[in-house]
Amino acid sequence: MELMTWFTELLEGNLIFTPQTLSYYWDGLVTTTQLVFLSLLAGLVLAVPLAIGRSSRHRWISLPIYAYTYVFRGTPLLIQLYIIYYGVVFVDGIQESIFWPLLREAFYPALIAFTLNTAAYTTEIFRGAIKATARGEIEAARAYGMSQSLMMRRIILPSAFRRALPAYGNEVIFMLHASAIASVVTLMDLTGAARFVYARFYAPFEAFLFVAAIYLCLTFAILYFFRFLEKRLLAHLKPA
Amino acid sequence: MKKLFTISILGAALVAGTAQARDYDHVRFGVDVPYEPMEYRTPDGELTGFDIDLGNALCEEIGITCEWIVQEWDGIIPGLMSRNYDAIMSSMTINDERRQTVLFSDPYFTPPSAWFAPADSELEDATEASLDGKTIGVQRGTLQDNYATDMFGSVASVSRYSTADDMVLDMQAGRLDIVFLDYPVGKSTLLDSESRDYKVVGEMITEPKEYFGDGFGIAFRQRDEALAERFNEALATLQDDGTYDEIYERYFGDDE
Repeated sequence: MELMTWFTELLEGNLIFTPQTLSYYWDGLVTTTQLVFLSLLAGLVLAVPLAIGRSSRHRWISLPIYAYTYVFRGTPLLIQLYIIYYGVVFVDGIQESIFWPLLREAFYPALIAFTLNTAAYTTEIFRGAIKATARGEIEAARAYGMSQSLMMRRIILPSAFRRALPAYGNEVIFMLHASAIASVVTLMDLTGAARFVYARFYAPFEAFLFVAAIYLCLTFAILYFFRFLEKRLLAHLKPA
Repeated sequence: MKKLFTISILGAALVAGTAQARDYDHVRFGVDVPYEPMEYRTPDGELTGFDIDLGNALCEEIGITCEWIVQEWDGIIPGLMSRNYDAIMSSMTINDERRQTVLFSDPYFTPPSAWFAPADSELEDATEASLDGKTIGVQRGTLQDNYATDMFGSVASVSRYSTADDMVLDMQAGRLDIVFLDYPVGKSTLLDSESRDYKVVGEMITEPKEYFGDGFGIAFRQRDEALAERFNEALATLQDDGTYDEIYERYFGDDE
């Protein structure tokens, strides 16, 4: 109750940050978080097998994956989003297909674009980490008579994940910032909310500084989460 | 010599400034073309449009003659002040900033907004009940956005676009149930499009004023109050006797 009166007093006489616009920002925060979290999760799940395939000695496995990561890292995310959101409409019969209820919403095309994009980057990050596995570790595993898959599971992947952690933390932050383009396909994410408030009140500084502060808070949360993870998982690398 | 010249100009301006407003039997209108369908040229170069037709009808009603003088928009108020013409009738929105310089007639037109939907849509009107759960498309930050958000934001979801083209594309794709647009924009991009059939849903909307503005007025010099009054009376007459509606239909009626 006291909190409520404090809150209404805080907002009193403020034309821009009314309970209504704050609820837009809140909905935007929820949408951005969902979009970034789900696309990172799906991207991660996709990236692990892709990274293993990418480091395969068989070219018929590694080349198609290389082509995929090359295309998705070599084109702007905005273009990918446009192609998936507007382009999918021109696929014949898509409106009658079972996928249409999903593709009709702006959220799922955006989710697909972000997932494919982050999966491409994450694949390359993991591939680098897999490649950087110390030769000695692999030779030791072979000497123990481990099969290729057991070696991958027990030796290569666990150490590769740890090596990839700092670079992957950056990818998560990039993804959060890249999600700002979701508002061009009508999604009301954080940036969408800010653009709405800006257009409604002609107040660029208030609208965008406020949303920038929210992004900063989110970035700090991600940074500290990864710092915590690195402390736990990379403890053995700390100088004694 | 130059000084003398300046002084005489000043003197002339003073004399003009204090001169009594005269009775006009001939009024010259300043107009900026093209701004379809309000004022534009036909292929053979003749001026036409809603403003032109209404202006001529008003003059006829008052019993005076009038002529149209084409003037670029950015010099249109200075042109009125320097007596290049006696009034501006060129889709000028009435606002307080302009009121400080010119005298406006009563508003003679508010640009209408309208709801557009695919022709096979079951939507027949735009009310809270009929739009419940629908997706409405608007251009971000327009008065249509403000209106739709405030009136229907709680029952329908409002999708905001940066350009009308993106919105039309999503309507064709079936992502939008209905869009709310400036009527002339919707007419040219949707009703006149070849690819698919669209219809206007419900009435055209020009009210309430806090969303749709005061509309367009004829601008006069501040001292020509008598002339503005004659135009206001004539406007009221034309609105009563159906002439206004006839001209309106000519430019904003459904083609079918």
